[in-house]
Amino acid sequence: MTRSFTAWLQAAPLAIVLVGFLVAPIIMIVIVSFWGATEWSIYPAFQFDNYAYLFSSEVTYRVFFATFKYAFITWAFTLSIGFTVAYFLAFHVRTQAMQIALFLLCTIPFWTSNIIRMISWIPFLGRNGIANQTLISWGIIDEPLEWLLYSDFSVILAFVHLYTLFMVVPIFNTMMRIDKSLIEAAYDNGASAMQTLWHVIVPLTKPGIMIGTIFVVTLVMGDFITVRFMSGSQKANVGRLISNDIGLLQYPSASATAVVLLCTVLIVIAVLLRFVNIRKEL
Amino acid sequence: MSKMRYSRRAVLKGGAAAAAATALPAPMIWAQEIKDITLRQFGTGVSNLNEVGQKVKEDLGFTLEMTALDSDSVTQRAATQPDSFDIADIEYWICKKVWPTGNLQAMDVSKIKRYDQIVGIFKDGKLAPDSEIAQGTAPHTVGFVEGPESTSFANEQTNWMTLIPTIYNADTLGIRPDLIGRPIESWAELLNPEFKGKASILDISSIGIMDMAMVCEAMGEIQYADKGNMTKEEIDKTIAIFTEAKRNGQFRAFWKTFDESVNLMASGEVVIQSMWSPAITAVKSRGIDCVYQPLKEGYRSWGGGIGLSKSLTGMELDAAYEYINWYLDGWVGGFLMRQGYYSAVPETSKEYMSANEWGYWFEGKEASEDILSPFGDVLAKSGDTRDGGSFEERMGSVACWNAVMDENQYMVRKWNEFIAS
Repeated sequence: MTRSFTAWLQAAPLAIVLVGFLVAPIIMIVIVSFWGATEWSIYPAFQFDNYAYLFSSEVTYRVFFATFKYAFITWAFTLSIGFTVAYFLAFHVRTQAMQIALFLLCTIPFWTSNIIRMISWIPFLGRNGIANQTLISWGIIDEPLEWLLYSDFSVILAFVHLYTLFMVVPIFNTMMRIDKSLIEAAYDNGASAMQTLWHVIVPLTKPGIMIGTIFVVTLVMGDFITVRFMSGSQKANVGRLISNDIGLLQYPSASATAVVLLCTVLIVIAVLLRFVNIRKEL
Repeated sequence: MSKMRYSRRAVLKGGAAAAAATALPAPMIWAQEIKDITLRQFGTGVSNLNEVGQKVKEDLGFTLEMTALDSDSVTQRAATQPDSFDIADIEYWICKKVWPTGNLQAMDVSKIKRYDQIVGIFKDGKLAPDSEIAQGTAPHTVGFVEGPESTSFANEQTNWMTLIPTIYNADTLGIRPDLIGRPIESWAELLNPEFKGKASILDISSIGIMDMAMVCEAMGEIQYADKGNMTKEEIDKTIAIFTEAKRNGQFRAFWKTFDESVNLMASGEVVIQSMWSPAITAVKSRGIDCVYQPLKEGYRSWGGGIGLSKSLTGMELDAAYEYINWYLDGWVGGFLMRQGYYSAVPETSKEYMSANEWGYWFEGKEASEDILSPFGDVLAKSGDTRDGGSFEERMGSVACWNAVMDENQYMVRKWNEFIAS
């Protein structure tokens, strides 16, 4: 048995799994995106109708814009919160036991499902919900705030709540591996706390930030259920466009939208990877 | 089961049964074989109730397996997988879509014992001789075919029925009278700026578009030739009016499931919205004032029925007819009517309801004592009357039936744009 054959054999299981469960479904989606549909069936064809309709509709552009908007705002919030939390855990908490304990504390909300964590915001933010009642009883507002629920605000709030941990974990991980002597060296050379943060810690945490960014951006861009529940079906992103099509049995049109979304997300990730070479840094 | 398992005894037993069948009347063999029969029924959740399956086992002896799906999946399955079911419990507009595929078989009316007692709506479209026929896919228009093999619908009653009607009702807007504080009389109120940010509509295209049409017509914006079969221009205009309202913040949310509609109403997020009858009951049972408001333009009505799969033959087919006749005998009717629906042969249901229940649900009378659901929940207090009144008042003012349009695919795309806009 030659060495190269053994190597192929070792790589085979993963390759088979990836081909069967990742590559093949994507090829299938691409193929179906050129098919046609009646009300209750789809038929093989090679037509550009689905794409033509998609690109000719003004709604598509608006929805893609909304998807980017959600992704960008959520990214900005999760990054600032996630970085702060990770920084606190890595540099302010002294003992490792305490670090682990606090880190586990962050994961407690993940003991329940995504959907439950999301839906629990609804009674809190509602017109007669706890938030509005509290603000009214404090005399801060006279009328309930309508924009708290079923708005962009509630959608982004839920996103930030759901996905901040995906930012905390990789950033915390890279921060823990920063050599403490580098920070001491910075202080010894007269750098202020801000200067140390900006010129030493941030550059060294870039890979973590980038991994967290990829997590958050792809999760938000692919989401449909959060947008549906938190906006009361009033707002839409690309995921909802796809899920609506599937609900109406328009699989080819859903596939076409999915292909466009996939390309968009891949481009975004390619651009992100231009900034940081994750492989080199890991 | 492998064919090899036919033992000498089984063959002898079969022979004996065959001999008995020739010598004795049919019920003997019926009673022997019936336990082995299983009929597979699927349909929307409304009438696919386990209680019905249990009662069938008790009364008729055979097994009825039920599967509940949403109406899109029901349509897809009836159209594409005829061998996956024996009995399809579908709505009449779904029948219009599915019948041409030839997956269902017409039913011989002469085998339906209570055919003459079935409500006129399902036979000639008229509740009373002088009733006007409503727009949309009225059940009688897709209720009959010319012959057992026919794939197009007959214009009048024939000996071949597509669906046996099982359950139907008249839908309207639900309101919170305590939060509105004035009478509501028209569908147009759904887009009244007074309720800005407090209205809702259901996000199910085939039904939602009908509610929209009722609203647009009530506002005087559009006159439809047939709300159940709009032209592209009518669809565009209707969606445009609602898209503008949506951008102006008229709607608090859209709902897709029963529970969502209940929560929106009960929490006070919404004070006026399209709603289904049992959802109103669910809000009321939380002690919250909620009314299924009769409106001057009339109701949007829907009806379902059971159809037989093409592949059903022999003993199973006999069992299916037995089931249909049993369905119209009144037990199921009473069970459904005590939840606020109507049954195809109301008289037989009467025997399975108390005088108080019959008076409240069917005759629109004041309840003389608390009205309980079949599951024991209090649905109405003593002294209450049903919103909309009696059967004749409610079903007599139907403006249109749930429908499927010729331009359905166009409508669905436009609807998707409306939701995403």
